[in-house]
Formats: sequence, structure tokens, C-alpha cells
Amino acid sequence: MLSITNLQAKIGDKQILNGINLEVKPGEVHAIMGPNGSGKSTLASVLAGREEYEITGGEVTYNGKDLLEFSPEDRAREGVFLAFQYPVEIPGVSTINFMKTAVNQIRKYRGQETLDAVSFLGLMKEKMKLVEIDQSLLNRSLNEGFSGGEKKRNEIFQMAMLEPKLSILDETDSGLDIDALKIVSSGVNKLRNSNNATIVVTHYQRLLEYIVPDFVHVLYKGKIVKSGGKELALELEAKGYDWIKDEVAVA
Amino acid sequence: MSKDNQLLEELTSREYEHGWNVALETDSAPKGLNEDIVRFISERKNEPEWMLEWRLKAFRLWSKMTEPKWPNVTYPAINYQDIIYYSAPKQSAKPKNLEDVDPELIKTFEKLGISLTEQKRLTGVAVDAVIDSVSVATTFKEKLGELGIIFCSFSEAVREHPDLIKKYLGSVVPMSDNYFAALNSAVFSDGSFCYIPKGVRCPMELSTYFRINAANTGQFERTLIVAEEGSYVSYLEGCTAPMRDENQLHAAVVEIYAMKDAHVKYSTVQNWYPGDKEGKGGIYNFVTKRALCAGDNSKVSWTQVETGSAITWKYPSCVLKGDNSSGEFYSVAVTNNLQQADTGTKMIHIGKNTKSRIVSKGISAGRSQNSYRGQVHIMKRAEGSRNFSQCDSLLMGDQCGAHTFPYIDVENSTSKVEHEATTSKIGEDQIFYCQQRGIDEESAVALIVNGYAKEVLNQLPMEFAVEAQKLLALTLEGSVG
Repeated sequence: MLSITNLQAKIGDKQILNGINLEVKPGEVHAIMGPNGSGKSTLASVLAGREEYEITGGEVTYNGKDLLEFSPEDRAREGVFLAFQYPVEIPGVSTINFMKTAVNQIRKYRGQETLDAVSFLGLMKEKMKLVEIDQSLLNRSLNEGFSGGEKKRNEIFQMAMLEPKLSILDETDSGLDIDALKIVSSGVNKLRNSNNATIVVTHYQRLLEYIVPDFVHVLYKGKIVKSGGKELALELEAKGYDWIKDEVAVA
Repeated sequence: MSKDNQLLEELTSREYEHGWNVALETDSAPKGLNEDIVRFISERKNEPEWMLEWRLKAFRLWSKMTEPKWPNVTYPAINYQDIIYYSAPKQSAKPKNLEDVDPELIKTFEKLGISLTEQKRLTGVAVDAVIDSVSVATTFKEKLGELGIIFCSFSEAVREHPDLIKKYLGSVVPMSDNYFAALNSAVFSDGSFCYIPKGVRCPMELSTYFRINAANTGQFERTLIVAEEGSYVSYLEGCTAPMRDENQLHAAVVEIYAMKDAHVKYSTVQNWYPGDKEGKGGIYNFVTKRALCAGDNSKVSWTQVETGSAITWKYPSCVLKGDNSSGEFYSVAVTNNLQQADTGTKMIHIGKNTKSRIVSKGISAGRSQNSYRGQVHIMKRAEGSRNFSQCDSLLMGDQCGAHTFPYIDVENSTSKVEHEATTSKIGEDQIFYCQQRGIDEESAVALIVNGYAKEVLNQLPMEFAVEAQKLLALTLEGSVG
């Protein structure tokens, strides 16, 4: 589904990604871990098409297409979803209105008929149940005055609405207490199936107790320096990131 | 849902969409302004002697006045002798009903999306259509007449209801009020008159649609609304003009007189041609709008969505004379490219326990300048009065300007005035967030701007709100990236 080859990117004069290689197949969950400043969020942003980053080399193939050629909105329409680490506030625009616009623009792109109010509401109710979110939250201005947990839950609701093929969760666990973490994770797990894939970007192992990855990759200085199964996350939790840094230094 | 779709479809069409003009034969005054021109206008309109005298008095006053220089706008000096002050679409005779109206005119209004054919009465909006200097048709007159409501063109009112006009014309905005009000008083061509009798709640929205069609022509319309005790009316005003390279002058006056317990809601969607991207052409919009809350407990709400005009100079105001009377001003003013707007309101508290509320949302893009100018004056005897003002500015890009000029005078100690102001920018973060959900950049801006202006747009009647949303999006097209 996703094939990243030697991806390099910089922001301003600062080189952040130094040759990332990653293969993601349908049905898989990949966790990207690493210390602060290792380039985890940059990788997520570059895949989503954020324009501040300049791609300096490498390729990203998504379902056989060159992902980097697409505009950010077309990536979304092609099924790439980014759950933001810091969801943005849009005053005066409710989540419902926002999602209505998004769903219908995506449907138009795919040559599907746009949803009328009734069908949209039906879809929304179904997804609300799935991720256990209350409609009162969806009527409010998007993310304005939301708690950390509400923002993240709202991200997962949007993910459910848009049914992406590739979801990238950027530090979705940050700012969550344990109850919120459970709800958010259970939402993500319900959305998992054999046709879609998930990349979980996280600092801590905690989230991976709930969203169990098939693969764990450690990012350090803009490169994946170690890959393994879910047990790698536990090892990192126990030993910290220093041993990885040492390994890299020796190599 | 359909709102958003409409918005999207609109976004695909570029530039000013009302920029066409129709080849109508016109009967025009020669260029320039002097007493003879004033007489010419009055004569063309078959006005009684008192009306002519009133105009001449205004003209003489105007001749001694000077154009105000305090607004935060710049434009080349206007040559008042180079303007045509009267232009009327030629029709063989005054139309008795819609069948007699020139089909070209009907087409003009159909292009604008205004139906003058009464068969389409389901829309439930009575329309007075003014093209250049003349009101061409007023719909639903008979139905309104049954309730004693008068809704007709100003010219007709002068002829048919002289007592009312004599009594109220200039009672809220005196001819000496300001330079443009005096000019309007001398040369006003047409407009709408509306009278709601005691205790009557007007069952439909009343609406005037103004269109400047002829070249080199100024439009000077006058609207007068008189709401008797305990009455209610909601009034809408819309306007468009063709694209032309030269600037055209529009100097209107709106007067609202509200008696005891009367409630008047006045909504404007102003979409005069704003000029092109280099600032060539566009309407100079110098308008005086004022309401007098003469009676106790009376209420007047102004709502305006200002998207057009090269220059806007406009302060819809409320004089709160009656005790417990209240005034509201809700405004969205958008400027793009080289547009300049200096707009706001005046709330003059005279009566006891009077209340006013100001919500102003400025949006500046391109190289435009957008100023809010507002005065809240609480006089000594206006004890226990309150004002709340909120002035927000939204900036797009880094070449535009937003300015706020609030003037607050409170002459007693029992009144309360609150003023809040914010300035924000549409963030790249916000736009990227929308894009990541599959929403293209233009739609993202439309979404964000409409969210920002929501509090004001919510005040508009439904049909107008949809139009206003589309206009906001269109005005700001191409202003990001």
C-alpha cells in the first residue's frame, strides 16, 4: 500500500529526514517510535503534504501512485488520513458542518454522489456510536474549548467518517488520561480491517498496549535505525532510547 | 448541505459575477450639477412644488459644504460636474403592471435572481426594484395594502402620500447632516417608501434591489421607513452594478422612524462592483443610514454584509431617544485587492435604560484597508444605559490593513459600556487542517470566513444568509496562496 524509499526532507536549512525506508501493507499496524526531535512528526506531516517541508530526495509510492505529486487535499481524497497531534480550532464551524464539507468533497473527487442531509446524518450517527462521541460536541465550534481528550476523540470520529485506507496517528496519546486513551484506542481498533493500514507515531509504549502494532520502528536522527515486532516497544520502555543511540554511535 | 454545494459551485466561477450590463435605452440628464439639473430631475418625476423647493434648499446647502476628509480612505478628487445625476430606462409610459414593463428590464432582474413576476409569490418577499434612477416595479403591493402597509417607490410616495413624506422626510437624517446627505437630498432619484401602520406585523420581508446600469451615472436613492406604534417589519436591501473602468458614485440615504414598541430590522447585502485587481473602477459608496428610536421600547437592528464597492463610507446608526429603546448593529465588511472600507456605527443614547449592541467583523485581504469606526455616546439623562461592542478583525496575507477607531463618551455614572476587540489571521494551520480532510483551499477559506462571520450572518433572513455566504467566498477568491 505504502512504500517509502530513501525519503529525505528539510525545513528551512534544517535537514530532518535522512533517508527513510518503510513498507506498509494492507491490514498492518506500524508503530514509529523515537526520542524527541527524531523526525517522527515530520514524517507524518510530509506524508500528509504539509508545504513547509521540502522534499530533498527519495520516493513515496501509495497504491501504485506517486504520493508526493498529490496536493494535500488530493492525498486525503485518495484515502490518507492524519490524526493531528494538535488539532486546529476553527471558530464558528461545527464538526458536523466541517465533516459535511469534507465528506462531500471527497465523494465528488471519487465520482460518487454527494450525500444529502438525511444520509449524512445517518452516517454520522453510526460513526458516533462507533467512537462513543456525543453529538453535543459535534455541534460545537471545531476543537474550540475542547479538552485534550475531546480533541483526540474528535480526530478519531473524523477518521471513522472518512474511512481512510492509510491512517497516520501523530502522538494521539499525548494529552490523554487513561480513560480517554482507552476510548480513543478502542475506536481505532474498531476501524481496523484487512484493507486499511495504520501508522502510529508515538513517544511512549503506553498507547501500544491498546493499539497493538505488527511492527515497531525506531526513528533516530531522521532514519529508521531499528525495526522489530511489538516486543521492541517493551524493550524501549524498559531501557529508554539511550541504548539505541549508543548502537547507532558504534555503527 | 445544499448551502455548501452551492458555495462550491459558485467558487468555480471567477471574478465579479454581476459585471454585465444591459443595453437599455435611457433618458438622461446632461452631465453636471446646478439648480437647473435639480429642476430637471424634479420635473422628470412630476414632483409637486414643495418637493422641488426642498431639493433646491438642499442643493444650496450642499454648494457651501465641503467633502469630509476624516475617513481612513484615499481616492482622487471627485469631479461632481462630470457625473450624470439622472438616468432612467426609457419606457413609453409608466408601467401600470408587470406586463407593461420593458422585457429587457425584467431580464435584467432575472439575471440578478430577482423575480418580479408575482406568480412566484411563494418566495414571500415583496420587491421594489430600482434600476439607475427609477423604481421599475414593486411586487405584492395589493396584498400589503390590505393590511394598510404602504410599500412603493419613493416617487410614487411623493405623489400619493405627500403628508407622510412631508412629515418624515429628513426627520432622521436632516439635509444638512453631512455632505453626501445634502447631495442626496438635492438629487435623489428614487428609492423605496415603507409605512407600517399601528399594531401591524408585516407578514413578509420587504426588499429593495438597486442596480446601477448606465455609465457615468451616479445613483442617489432614498429609503424611508416609518413604523408606527407596535408594528414590525423586516427590510432587505441588495445592490449590484456592471463592471466599468471609471468610478461611479453612489450616495444613498436611509431613514428609519420607529415609534413606541415598534421593531424594525434592516438587512443589507452590498455588492456594488469593487473595481478590478489593480483598483481600476468600482463604486464609491457614501451612504448615510440612520434610525430614530423615537418611542419607548422601540428597537432597530441593522445587519450589513459589505463585500462590494471600491470605497465604502457608511455608519448605520441608531438614535435611542425613547426610554428602554434598543439599537443593534451587526456587520461583516470584507475588503480584497485595493478596496477600502471605513464603516461602523453610531449609537446615541438619549433615553433612560437604552441598550445597544455592536458586533463588527472586518475581513481584510489583498492590499485592502478595512476600518471600523464606531461611536457610543451615552448622554447625561440616559441613565442605566448599556452598550456592548465587539470588533473583530481577520487578516489574510501581510499586505492588508485593519484599523479600529472606537469613540466612547459616557456622561453619567449609572451606565455601562463594554468593548472587546480581537485581531486574528487565517492560519496556514487551519487551512492545512481542512485540506487534510479533503477540502480544497478556496473552500477552506470560505468555511473559515463564514465561521468567523457566523454571529452576523445568523441575523440575516435565510435566503439572504445563503447569498451572503456565497458572496464572502467570492470576494475572497484567490486571496490565499
